Amino acid sequence: MKRSDTDIQTDGGGVSSDQVQSPFETVADVEVSRSERYRALFDEYVAAPTKILINDWRAITGFLITIGFVFVGTIGVWAIDRPYSGDADFLIPPFQSMAHPLGTDGQGQDILAQLVHATPAMLEMMAAGAIFSTVMAVFWGVFSGYKGGSVDQFMMAVADVLMTIPGLPLVVVLAAILDPSSPWVIGIILVVNAWAGFARALRSEVLKLRHESYVEASRTIGISLPAIVTKDVLPNVMPLIVVNFVTTARNVIMASVGLYFLGLLPHTGFNWGVMMNTAYGQGGVYTASLYHWFYAPMVTIVVLSLGLLLLGQGLDRIFNPRIRARHLEQDSTDNADPETDEETDPNTRPGGL
Amino acid sequence: MVSTDYFIKRTVMAVATFYVVVSLSFALIRLMPGGPMDYIRAQHEGAGQDPTAAARQVERYAAINPQEPLWQQYLTYVTNVFQGNLGDSTWYHDPVAQILGNAMPWTIFVSIISMILIYLIGISLGAFMAYVEGTRFDVSWSGASILLTSVPFYVVAVVLLGFLGHNHGLFPTGGHYGSGVEEGFNLEFIWSVIHHGALPIISLVVAGFGVVALQMRGNAIQILGEDYLRVARLRALSQRRIAIRYVARNAILPMYTAMMISIGTLFGSSIILEQIFQYPGVGYFMFRGISARDYPLMMGTFLFITAGVIIGVYIADLTYGYVDPRAESDDSEAF
Repeated sequence: MKRSDTDIQTDGGGVSSDQVQSPFETVADVEVSRSERYRALFDEYVAAPTKILINDWRAITGFLITIGFVFVGTIGVWAIDRPYSGDADFLIPPFQSMAHPLGTDGQGQDILAQLVHATPAMLEMMAAGAIFSTVMAVFWGVFSGYKGGSVDQFMMAVADVLMTIPGLPLVVVLAAILDPSSPWVIGIILVVNAWAGFARALRSEVLKLRHESYVEASRTIGISLPAIVTKDVLPNVMPLIVVNFVTTARNVIMASVGLYFLGLLPHTGFNWGVMMNTAYGQGGVYTASLYHWFYAPMVTIVVLSLGLLLLGQGLDRIFNPRIRARHLEQDSTDNADPETDEETDPNTRPGGL
Repeated sequence: MVSTDYFIKRTVMAVATFYVVVSLSFALIRLMPGGPMDYIRAQHEGAGQDPTAAARQVERYAAINPQEPLWQQYLTYVTNVFQGNLGDSTWYHDPVAQILGNAMPWTIFVSIISMILIYLIGISLGAFMAYVEGTRFDVSWSGASILLTSVPFYVVAVVLLGFLGHNHGLFPTGGHYGSGVEEGFNLEFIWSVIHHGALPIISLVVAGFGVVALQMRGNAIQILGEDYLRVARLRALSQRRIAIRYVARNAILPMYTAMMISIGTLFGSSIILEQIFQYPGVGYFMFRGISARDYPLMMGTFLFITAGVIIGVYIADLTYGYVDPRAESDDSEAF
């Protein structure tokens, strides 16, 4: 990460005896103007990832699928009318008419429209779960890893306890007792203890970082803890955080649809899992005339889950320092040959369902 | 290999975790407004019983006596749970511990067999993919693994159940063994158990081995590039020794903890799986508990599954030192 260079400049230089200048008068050798710094930031966080993204089919597929779902959840809802019972004939098979491309269900509601109108709640749920778990894990992991000592021991003990509690049963019990209906609340309940594992992973990264020379330098000259954490530590673990964000979103969607499918979450409005549940209840798995009703939401979930998995893997590669280094090399020598890399480190953290 | 300190620390941790979960479940049962306690009480007071008799009923079902002061209820509850008294099911009218004791072996059977198969298939496939890296076999199986990982296991389960169970009648669609089969150590019974357990196990395996294969492939490829492997080849060690002692050992070890924890995950996902296959294991009864608003059964199952997972993780922690000597040393100097 480039950050270390700029931060070391702020430490006022060494205070060895052979220096004539007072340490307070020392200035950085190279002045970095504001626009230059912004350009460097842009290059690091926007240009480089975009360039790698375009060269990686997995990342781009995942990205397109995810963006596609976001469009469906925002513009699609506005473009396609909300379905209602008795809108059309019952159980129209799919791919028959333009009016109902995916057919209709047992109450004459258009299936495509149902899928579309279920999307916003799904996205909200994913966002809620991913944001909550990321914020919790970052706070817990970074603070505990950086602070060390008994604070660290206590915080990790809490994380260990939470990690050991099996997620799904806990979620089911909480859902049954609290009876939540807002997608935001459900999203948070679904990751109620899932963040602990990531907090632990973050902590071990931070443990490595706290002995890096530039972090020790910042500490020695008395830069405040929040400043060190946000400027020296966080940028280094950002890749992990981004990848985990996507992974969590994926786990949330897989778990929530499963629980909706079984009717273990209280349902309000349209929902893929609820569609599967209704179709299943009427024999959707073994009655050919119901297949389209049952399989449409199922395929939707698999596609979204695949998209998020690929996006996660792609992001992992984008942030992988080895691949980044290669990108910078290419940039400086203007080597136009887009190298296909052999990095094979798929982000395969088993979790959720 | 396992130091006494570590052993004590882990044991305290396991007990503490369980204690926290028991307290949590007490809080959920007792302190939730309109929660389980109120529900059970309403059921019994509604029948026109006087409060004392109703309280006795509540105590029988929830293992909590609502007439005692709160701290005493808490103590009684914790003591009861640690003694294995989880109250009575309001739906089945049997002790919860007894229901779950009968259901547990079936859930363990499905979880363990699936885990063994997932890791057996995943590790061999991943190792082979790494060995022939870049060939068509590798590319197509990597793709297939990613695709399979994207499919939730419950989707695999319902599709298998629909086609093989309902449409073709090749597999039974519920229960753990055929009706009329005599329980015991005989061929017919064993076959029936395998036949009934096959679909749940297959669904977990199909949706689960991809992750392991990809992980193993990644680990193995990384190790194939290490210097010590070149040294090993220069020393002219046998292929077999290199493959097993060098590559396999170093690639599998990082997965050991994940493997032990995955027992817990499988145990937990039994709620969805056993409901789909109507397989009366622990998860099945948890589902029953929720749909029948049978709170003692539901909370009991929760505690039960948690205890199972805690024991699994505890074993993983204690044995990890034996299988992987590179155990992490804690750096906890305070700043």
